Amino acid sequence: MEQDITLKKEGQSLAFLKPLLAKITPKFQKGDLLAWLKKTGITILSITLFLGLWHMGSKALYNKEADFKIEKALTEQGQAAADAERACIESGESSCQPNTLPAPTQVWASLQSLIADHKVITADKAAFAEKMAATNEKLIAQGKNAIVYTGRASFIDIVLTSIKTVFAGFLLALLIAVPIGIIIGLSPTLRSAFNWFIQIFKPVSPVVWYLLVFMIVKTLYIGDNSDNAFVISFISVGLCAMWATLVNTAMGVSSVDKDYINVAKVLKLGTFQKVFKVILPSSLPLIFTGLRITLSVAWMVLIAIELLAQSQGLGLFVWEEFQNGANDSNSKIIVAMFVIGIIGFLLDRLMLTVQNMVSFNKNEGV
Amino acid sequence: MAYLELKNIYKTYGEDENVTEVLSDINLSIEEGEFVAIVGFTGSGKTTLVNLINGLLKPTSGEVLFKGEPVVDTSHERGVIFQNYSLLPWLTVGQNIYMAVKEAFPKESKSVLHERVKDYVSMVSLTPAINKRPKELSGGMRQRVAVARALAMNPEMIIMDEPLGALDALTRGNLQDEILNIWSQDKRTALLITNDVDEGIYMADRIIPLKPGPNATLGPEFKIEIERPRDKTALNDNLNYKKTRNAIIEYLMDIGEERKSVSHTKYVLPEISPKSFVA
Ligand SMILES: Nc1ncnc2c1ncn2[C@@H]1O[C@H](COP(=O)(O)OP(=O)(O)OP(=O)(O)O)[C@@H](O)[C@H]1O
Ligand SMILES: [Mg+2]
Repeated sequence: MEQDITLKKEGQSLAFLKPLLAKITPKFQKGDLLAWLKKTGITILSITLFLGLWHMGSKALYNKEADFKIEKALTEQGQAAADAERACIESGESSCQPNTLPAPTQVWASLQSLIADHKVITADKAAFAEKMAATNEKLIAQGKNAIVYTGRASFIDIVLTSIKTVFAGFLLALLIAVPIGIIIGLSPTLRSAFNWFIQIFKPVSPVVWYLLVFMIVKTLYIGDNSDNAFVISFISVGLCAMWATLVNTAMGVSSVDKDYINVAKVLKLGTFQKVFKVILPSSLPLIFTGLRITLSVAWMVLIAIELLAQSQGLGLFVWEEFQNGANDSNSKIIVAMFVIGIIGFLLDRLMLTVQNMVSFNKNEGV
Repeated sequence: MAYLELKNIYKTYGEDENVTEVLSDINLSIEEGEFVAIVGFTGSGKTTLVNLINGLLKPTSGEVLFKGEPVVDTSHERGVIFQNYSLLPWLTVGQNIYMAVKEAFPKESKSVLHERVKDYVSMVSLTPAINKRPKELSGGMRQRVAVARALAMNPEMIIMDEPLGALDALTRGNLQDEILNIWSQDKRTALLITNDVDEGIYMADRIIPLKPGPNATLGPEFKIEIERPRDKTALNDNLNYKKTRNAIIEYLMDIGEERKSVSHTKYVLPEISPKSFVA
């Protein structure tokens, strides 16, 4: 039987897809279905339990604060004031509501209002763009800057800014950490020379990274009035999160199986071939483990850094809502918390999928 | 001048207190076109010896000369079949072999190289598995890929470190014939490491035992004077074969005994004597 050889990449990438497809296409059997039902049932149960506990907890906190308010009115201003306060709280008047942990229903309502708000702002933007279209054309023709919408950002815009920042930071981390990791992984001398550097800078906190980047970028931007918050925050995020990738890449490259190195020597591969055909493929799984850690660290430090950098992302949103102290601020903060958690989870899933694709030796001992 | 010459080779691993001398005073010379087999116990230093010859390791003292020149590096003139296959797991069977032939024949066109890959894959009967990755293959299939990769580079000297250990008797026989075939074309030189005396006798001109380590050294050589091509089925009736085989096995058993008596653990047998039923 004769078969053609595919020595090109196509064969490989298609082979990657196979297990993925197998995963996606459901092959339900009776036992599978039962197990699935059981699993989903437990998940739903645990979610319900969580919401129930949350509801009761927030109710207890609400009552505690309400009681305190009424008590205070009583001691300071007498019975009439206390009654008025009680009536005010019971009527649901926003000015006198206790400001505490919001209940699940309030958070849900806030999410709805944030989405509605997004729609309003989007419509606003479109109207603005339409109105300005003619003027902007003229301005551009004259070689001036177009007038852009500078109104409030909607919640969705804020989330997108955060995602943009985290990916920019991640890309920066990748571009710095992977090449440096490869170089110091290849050379034991450089590795020991750089070791102190890595050990010292790895544990530095995001706040300090932000300050460092701020010092530098601020000076670089002197005389330029454009907004540098985004630049500062993504650079800080990248620098803060790149260490896991750097360390893992260096480790992967320096600990390639001796057998593979012997093959490279016996075949007499050139340095370039040896690095790209043997060393890198064999360290890809470790590099991707590093990148996965980097992405999750980037997302975690992003919130703090956006807050400091005043970048229009989730970090700043949370902080501003907290400062704001409006009636629904607390529930907006909780909405942001869930959004942060869910996006973080999705990012991790994304990296896990990529990581599984490149790990050629999941269950083997070649 | 011999084709390959090992002169007073010593090889130690480790440093200071942890130093162990694996090979001591190894002297070996192989003529061009010869097929030499080395048999030895496990852990005696066979792979170490192979790596000294192919240039992956340097001797602690002594000299390895290949065609009169000291061996300082690996070379395409000496092809190696590694004991542990050493296939690259992210490449398919075809790609593993292609990588080798591309290095060995840098001037050839792609289509010629692909043809060559196909030929050698079909030689080891792996054509249906050519696009598979090593992890999808059995141990024996991997070993055959390793054999094909080394032979496809068309080396002048073939160095084989227990190349057929994981194969069943039938495939093993086929590959032995394939290797002999390739060796006899263009008068190649071959060094075979094996733990199977019969395989050595069937394939080699000379068998040299490697004594158990540490401080392993080569024993006296046994010449196999059976004319080629050798017939496996007729071998059993060959007087010369029987004599040589017995001599080698006796020698190996002797040095095996020696090792046991030298070792520090003593096995104390209980004092039992056969019961006498004759009152
Ligand atoms: N890199 C190394 N560092 C230290 N000791 C080593 C190293 N490689 C091998 N040894 C030791 O040298 C001795 C000989 O090893 P070697 O692999 O050459 O044996 P072998 O005869 O090929 O064994 P096997 O039949 O199991 O393949 C062993 O005791 C081993 O522990
Ligand atoms: Mg060995």
